[in-house]
Amino acid sequence: MGIIDKLNKDFESRVRLGIMSVLMVNDWVDFTEMKTLLNITDGNLASHSSALEKAAYIEVKKEFVGKKPKTSYQVTDLGRAAFKEHLSYLEKLMKS
Amino acid sequence: MNQKHQEDLAHIRSMMERSSRFISLSGLSGVFAGLSALIGGIYVYQLFKSNGMDYLQDEHRLYSANLVSELFWIGIIILISAFLFGIFFTIRKSKKYNLPIWTSATKKMLFNLALPLIAGGIFCLALIYHGYFGLVAPSTLIFYGLALINAEKYTFSDIKYLGFSELILGCISLFYIGYGLLFWILGFGILHIVYGLVMFKKYK
Repeated sequence: MGIIDKLNKDFESRVRLGIMSVLMVNDWVDFTEMKTLLNITDGNLASHSSALEKAAYIEVKKEFVGKKPKTSYQVTDLGRAAFKEHLSYLEKLMKS
Repeated sequence: MNQKHQEDLAHIRSMMERSSRFISLSGLSGVFAGLSALIGGIYVYQLFKSNGMDYLQDEHRLYSANLVSELFWIGIIILISAFLFGIFFTIRKSKKYNLPIWTSATKKMLFNLALPLIAGGIFCLALIYHGYFGLVAPSTLIFYGLALINAEKYTFSDIKYLGFSELILGCISLFYIGYGLLFWILGFGILHIVYGLVMFKKYK
């Protein structure tokens, strides 16, 4: 059962899966939109997104719109490849 | 374990769908847009009658300036009422299913829908301006069909079938000038109602 070990540990949480899924099919997505899409709290999103950033799977952009800070996320090439691999393992697992 | 992976995959699929497509569009919006068009179309038929023309009998109709402006405003009223019904049912559905409304998918959908519609609107205004009244109804159907096909990527992709139907109907009606009102009622009234009911059942 080597295939289970190959599943990416970084994607174990539902929230991280959600963040990656949203970013796979969108360009930059901002904090508020991500939060409403996934239906999670600020703190929850912040901690999971920083974990993904640490793994270099997503890029985080912080800027000011007027006086308000705005955080946006984008998937990196590495993240895209890792997520695709994770998906194909999941699909293989389903078939076996 | 298998259960979890299956749920993971379902979650991924639903998140991709939710974030990239505008799925708060309710079938009821289509039904009520269709009803607005149907009532408006019947009213226009009566309007011709009260102006001494039987739409189905007289081949040559006289369009007085008064009648043209009245037809124009009826069209605007139908458009606004269909639009308001659309907004109402969208808000209702998104509240019920806890879906965000104003997302980037919504904006993309509206932009892609609006582009052919605005060009078509200007095209129709030019037709009226030059007095080619017979071409207005076919043109509205054609541009509306193109708009729906264009917006298909950002909402339920079933909407393209409605788009193709409107487009084909519009193209046919180009060759039956003088029956524009009938094609218009068929396209904007009946097709909307049928599509709305099908969608309502499918995505309830």
